[in-house]
Amino acid sequence: MSTKFTGWGRTSASYATLCEPDSETQIVNEFAIEDDLIPRGLGRSYGDAAQVSGGVVMSNLALRSMGPIDDDGVVTLGAGISIDELLTISIPQGWFVPVTPGTRQVTIGGAVAADVHGKNHHVDGSFGAHVLSMRLVTPRGAWDISPTQDAELFWATTGAMGLTGMITSVTLRLLPIETDQVLVDTERFNTLDGVMASMREGDGAYQYSVAWVDCMTRGAHMGRSILTRATHARTQDVKEATLRAPQASKIVVPFDAPSGLLNPLTVRAFNELWFRSSPKFQQGESQSLTTFFHPLDGVRDWNRLYGKKGFVQYQFCVPDEEHETVVSCIDRLSSSGVASFLAVLKRFGPSNPGLLSFPMPGWTLALDLPVGPSSLPGVLDDLDELVLDAGGRIYLAKDARLAPEKARRMYPRVDDFLAIKERVDPQHQLTSDLARRLHLVGK
Amino acid sequence: MDNAFGQPQNVIVLGGSSDIARAITRKLCAARAHTVVLAGRSQQLLDTAAAEAQEYGATKTDTVIFEATHTTNAGHIVSECFDKVGDRVDLVVVAIGLLANQFEIENDADKVNEMVMVNFAWPVVALAEIRRRLVEQGSGRILVISSVASVRVRRSMYLYAGAKAGLDRLCIGLADSLEGTGVSLQLLRPGVVRSRMTEGQSPVPFTTGVNEVAENVMRGFASGERVIWSPPLLRFVFAVLRHLPAPLYRKITADR
Repeated sequence: MSTKFTGWGRTSASYATLCEPDSETQIVNEFAIEDDLIPRGLGRSYGDAAQVSGGVVMSNLALRSMGPIDDDGVVTLGAGISIDELLTISIPQGWFVPVTPGTRQVTIGGAVAADVHGKNHHVDGSFGAHVLSMRLVTPRGAWDISPTQDAELFWATTGAMGLTGMITSVTLRLLPIETDQVLVDTERFNTLDGVMASMREGDGAYQYSVAWVDCMTRGAHMGRSILTRATHARTQDVKEATLRAPQASKIVVPFDAPSGLLNPLTVRAFNELWFRSSPKFQQGESQSLTTFFHPLDGVRDWNRLYGKKGFVQYQFCVPDEEHETVVSCIDRLSSSGVASFLAVLKRFGPSNPGLLSFPMPGWTLALDLPVGPSSLPGVLDDLDELVLDAGGRIYLAKDARLAPEKARRMYPRVDDFLAIKERVDPQHQLTSDLARRLHLVGK
Repeated sequence: MDNAFGQPQNVIVLGGSSDIARAITRKLCAARAHTVVLAGRSQQLLDTAAAEAQEYGATKTDTVIFEATHTTNAGHIVSECFDKVGDRVDLVVVAIGLLANQFEIENDADKVNEMVMVNFAWPVVALAEIRRRLVEQGSGRILVISSVASVRVRRSMYLYAGAKAGLDRLCIGLADSLEGTGVSLQLLRPGVVRSRMTEGQSPVPFTTGVNEVAENVMRGFASGERVIWSPPLLRFVFAVLRHLPAPLYRKITADR
């Protein structure tokens, strides 16, 4: 019985057998009888990372154990627990996740596998930096790994998109918070240089920082941006210090929008409206954690707005001194006429030892692009060249179209990774459509 | 693997030396195709096509020689192509076709047999094996080159167009049979294309070059539409033409 899988971008559908193990024994059994397997969480990777056509997709959603949060904020979670579920329990107790991506709808296992980052990467690093230990089931047995115990396998697994085995549980250190609010400073910039200079100088003073860049405006205002930066509000910062769990989204996109709904015209109009509705300069505005961190979670299934053909997300990072590459990429996109919603610009701090982990110190830009315009594949191939020339790379959790030889150059430690994978998966049973497409593993 | 834009990496082309097939292969190689196996009648023509594929970015090419005159070899030829790819196959292009002057062959049973064999029977048997291999693999795409001529068969080429019509309609059902398997089949219905095959034909409206056809195919791969028309406008032209009264249709196609 085959099930259809796609990433969040809903491109490259593929069919595989779905299994949902709720115990280690079941996972071991799958490895004993099946050939091509890949773990999957809530399917928020945009491309083909969590699917394997003709193989077995192992969902982690039945791995639902949830330990108590101790006085130091340390908690052990089943890999299938989502950040949303964790926050529902932890915020009322005064704990927040140390790193959150733009959505709460990712599993803890998935967060480790993609080594996700958030708006605080410049100070706190990515998700892997806050993992104390985890349990990994591989074709060669189960392993307890941490940065001190089999660090090699730990860092080969962090960011490896599930290719070393199935993470079953993760021990994590949470962040103490006094309220469920953040204090947000907002500033509008008419140029890209302006916002980048401000981020370079000022980000250090904030725990969270992100800029939204308009990639459709050309000319003098190319790359105009809105920069929002925040820190957690303490009890004395707000009128009423509350610790409320996040609310479930009430708005749902019930069906696929017609392809082409998001075209250059509508997107430009949206960007204009959005830019103008933001304050020019505002300090200390109190916002809920949800509003600040997970604005898109307010609309369920928002990916359907892109229609049947789906969309790709393009996210790259380049070293600090290569900020010109960011400018060139936005310039290239804004003149190519492909519709792109506001892009997200961030600064990355130091990277971790994860062999396939994405972040490197410098800049990262992410943007959503609807599939459709026949010029888009070529435009993105050109951007890949710019990114490569700058010594940067593309985020595997977002990718759905990179060429294999470029992936190899962007991730020069693939061979080190494969050597460690060989130890726990000698038959190369763990593979995915992404790994096949980018020639990351033997098959 | 196919990527988000439907750009394959490992490709088989049956009828790989035809002008349309070569134009499609060039575009595929310029995108992501690195392994290309070309099958056809003439080693020399296939070698030229293979060299061209490499020039456009393929890193591994191979060729298979066959005659599409008896269906007995079809399954074997398909197997040989799959084996030569030696990896998962992302796309099989079925670009086998034979056009002849209708008036010269319509009373010659052997020639009629050849038209039906090359344009219909052989591809159908080959498709059975292609279908089996791809379904087993759980992914892949098939592109079958049909023709707008098959939408309404006309007097001046009823053997070619009729055989293509058979293939075209059969493929609609075959495509339905693939739902839920991870494999898909798309039909290409080009109008008249300037190529070796159509040399000497009288010009008709909506004639295009091979590169334009290939461009429409790439677009069709990205969108996944079941029938790719080239040029796309022909979809609407034939929506009208196919319902014209027979005497009128005979009249407007009399000299074509």
